[in-house]
Amino acid sequence: MTIVKTTFGRRSFIRSTTLAGGGMMLGFSWLASCKPTPEQVLNMPKEWFNINAYLKIGENGLITIMSPNPEIGQNVKTSMPMIVAEELDADWKNVIVEQAPLNTDLFTRQLAGGSQSIRQGWESLRMAGASARQMLKEAAAQQWQVPVEEITTDNGMLSHQGSGNSAGFGEMASAASKIPVPEEVTLKSLKDFKIIRTSRKNVDGPKIVTGQPLYGLDYHREGMLIAMIAHPPAFGMKLKTVDDSVAKSMPGIKDVFTIKTFNDDYKRSAFDNSAFTDLVVVVGNTTWEAMNAKKALKIEWEMAPDIHLDMDLFGRQMSVHFPAGLENTDTHKAQMAELNKKPGKTVRKDGDPIKAFKNASKIIERSYSCPFLAHNCMEPMNFFADVTEDKAELAGPVQTPEFMEKSAAERLGLPLEKVDIQMTRMGGGFGRRLYGHFLTEAAVISQKIKAPVKLVYTREDDMTHGTYRPAYNALYRAALDENNNLVAFHVRTGGIPESPLSANRFPAGAVDHYLAEDWTIDSNITTGAFRAPRSNFIAGAEQSFLDEVAEEAGKDPIEFRLELLARAKSNPVGERNDYEAERYAGVLELVKEKSNWGKEQANLSRGVSAYFCHNSYVAQVLDMVMVNGAPVVEKVYCAIDCGIVVNPDAATNLAEGGVVDGIGHAMYSELTIKDGVPEQNNFDKYKLIRHSEAPKSIEVHFVKNDVDPTGLGEPPFPPIMGAVANALYKATGKRFYDQPFMGSSSKVLG
Amino acid sequence: MALINLNVNGKSQQIDVDPTTPVLWVLRDHLQLVGTKYGCGIAQCGACTIHINGVATRSCTLPVSAVGNQEITTIEGLSESADHPVQKAWLEHDVYQCGYCQAGQIMQASALLNNNPNPSDEDIDAVMDGNICRCGTYTRIKKAIKTAANLKNA
Repeated sequence: MTIVKTTFGRRSFIRSTTLAGGGMMLGFSWLASCKPTPEQVLNMPKEWFNINAYLKIGENGLITIMSPNPEIGQNVKTSMPMIVAEELDADWKNVIVEQAPLNTDLFTRQLAGGSQSIRQGWESLRMAGASARQMLKEAAAQQWQVPVEEITTDNGMLSHQGSGNSAGFGEMASAASKIPVPEEVTLKSLKDFKIIRTSRKNVDGPKIVTGQPLYGLDYHREGMLIAMIAHPPAFGMKLKTVDDSVAKSMPGIKDVFTIKTFNDDYKRSAFDNSAFTDLVVVVGNTTWEAMNAKKALKIEWEMAPDIHLDMDLFGRQMSVHFPAGLENTDTHKAQMAELNKKPGKTVRKDGDPIKAFKNASKIIERSYSCPFLAHNCMEPMNFFADVTEDKAELAGPVQTPEFMEKSAAERLGLPLEKVDIQMTRMGGGFGRRLYGHFLTEAAVISQKIKAPVKLVYTREDDMTHGTYRPAYNALYRAALDENNNLVAFHVRTGGIPESPLSANRFPAGAVDHYLAEDWTIDSNITTGAFRAPRSNFIAGAEQSFLDEVAEEAGKDPIEFRLELLARAKSNPVGERNDYEAERYAGVLELVKEKSNWGKEQANLSRGVSAYFCHNSYVAQVLDMVMVNGAPVVEKVYCAIDCGIVVNPDAATNLAEGGVVDGIGHAMYSELTIKDGVPEQNNFDKYKLIRHSEAPKSIEVHFVKNDVDPTGLGEPPFPPIMGAVANALYKATGKRFYDQPFMGSSSKVLG
Repeated sequence: MALINLNVNGKSQQIDVDPTTPVLWVLRDHLQLVGTKYGCGIAQCGACTIHINGVATRSCTLPVSAVGNQEITTIEGLSESADHPVQKAWLEHDVYQCGYCQAGQIMQASALLNNNPNPSDEDIDAVMDGNICRCGTYTRIKKAIKTAANLKNA
């Protein structure tokens, strides 16, 4: 039993009339989940009573819980309300979930990023439910004239044993809505959880399987126009002139014009990242007409100048350099290899690594690389905007509504409170929709044509106007002594345009002599966060290097890691180690047990990998067989320590997805650049993993503990790339260092 | 522009449209049936899969003028109340993550089961390989197809 002051996030408990149903731009049916479900017994109530910003209760006991954060497929629209319902002691089958709008007065951190929704929402969601339960109890105590402490709740019911009184939440909802918000509330003991730690179905499932409108691209409003944009064909180019004479006269076309996404004097934030800010816009009645008119544009492009842009990068003021010129993947690779030959910037140094390498019995040195990746959300970028003189109504898929609201308000010249953003369910995010330039573009277009408009990117627009996963390269060196102990470890790494180094992660802390250096190369290719940024390369590189070091040392790869972790636990080197060695070892022990490690079948080639990121620990074992010379993933075992698992089956689904996603990107995917032009612009050239390449089965196991929940959307993704590489070595006898392992020549299916 | 008659989900529809318009955009922009999704526009991802006379077809590259009086079925018309065996199986396995590709997966899977009531893993891979799921729900899709086959054969 935990008593918490409700001061943190207290504004969340202010009763809000705006959430009561009036003024919702998209309307109830759009944002609400699909309840009533077949098992539901209640109809819609006659009246809703607002208890706090997170929830309202109908007179008949039906409860609406607002899901505050953007839903990108990580299932927070189900799991966040589950946490509220748990502390409320609600009957889950009488809960409707509704997507909250962006409202920074009522909710905190309405963002999908860094696998932090549950971790950072945990306390306020619990308090929202617990304070509502307290208000219901106080209402009942007043009505029944009994002490509030004697009232108990269970499954949507209030009861008082002494007097024999009982009532449903609905009967007390009206009175509870008039009770002052408590100063402090008591949270449930973990052992009393009835909803958290039980599997609950995705609240949008029934809408998904029947094709109901859910996504930004599905948004429709009467009189809405469709906009499409044309951007330069190459990074390093910009708009010169446009001849729109043919396009303008085509059927269904309303207008063709150019826009500037950001004003020259506007200081862009990290989330305003976009290489192409002068765009040609075609506005028409329908998507097909706008698409055709776009093809008829005659546009002249010219070389863009060298740009130094002052940007606000999460509070740090930095000048970011976008060099002039047309870049090439081949040149990038050569540049990165060159930089790995000379010392970089020392980020962490323990002991005397130079001396240790000099005295080593054996030195192992290997290099790893990975290409740019496009996010390729299945729902291409889009946004709806209706901007009038005094307000802006925006709706669509964005992971950072709070940041983009500021960006749009600034660009439109409207006060922040006049910009309204509704979050639609997203057809994937993976970090791409953190960068919401498409929202601002839609808003500028609507302002210009004075009409409601939906901006739609084609797949080609989406893939060639990306904020790609940076390209990285890493050099690893390990020194073994005469007893095959790892005595020194050296990583030198960098990328275009950022370094993937996390210098304080394992094996830092486990090796006496340690050196981590990095470097960066400026580029005009736009890059950004991609599911588990930086970790999505460095985990695979490090974990395949450790596999090779273990082999050279004649040790089992799991035992080798466990020995290092035991050292990091009992006698850590340095003080800034960014992981708990015991929990790290815990997932390795669990995957070892579940996969029957050491008792392999002869025909299976196994690879192991483990990594810590986004506050969670993941270890994986991957079993591969060769069929007609091609690798087939038979099975993946995945052990995860992410603290309390709110919704186990959904968490399992997310981890399965991370595994498939990681195998796919490690094996098949890449975006290459030639003379500034992305060489892949659709799924005929850009290879994503498909059904037949997915593992035949995936087994996910969670460590059972009572630690507050940590990240899950990202952590299962990075380590699997190492497991793939290590299994490939076992299967082929060949080490794979450069992603994608199967190269771009692999078969693309249609 | 031309007046075109279509049979969509058992209903006759008349629309005035450029005859080269792909069925995908006729459904989405003209008939407000947005369950059929746009993913690539070149028949490479399967998000736009519908049935034409029961055959799984990519609607993003099919000109509306080519349909004639054939029956179009979209995800909205697959069942009256989400009770097609494939939809029931998808709900049972809670298959989806973002959910965007799933209408296409469901339409492809339901056509598969019409032709092959007991598909093997290899049969499923062969037919489903044209449908990309970026979230990686492939293993659940396979399980759900098998559940749907059992429901259908029950």
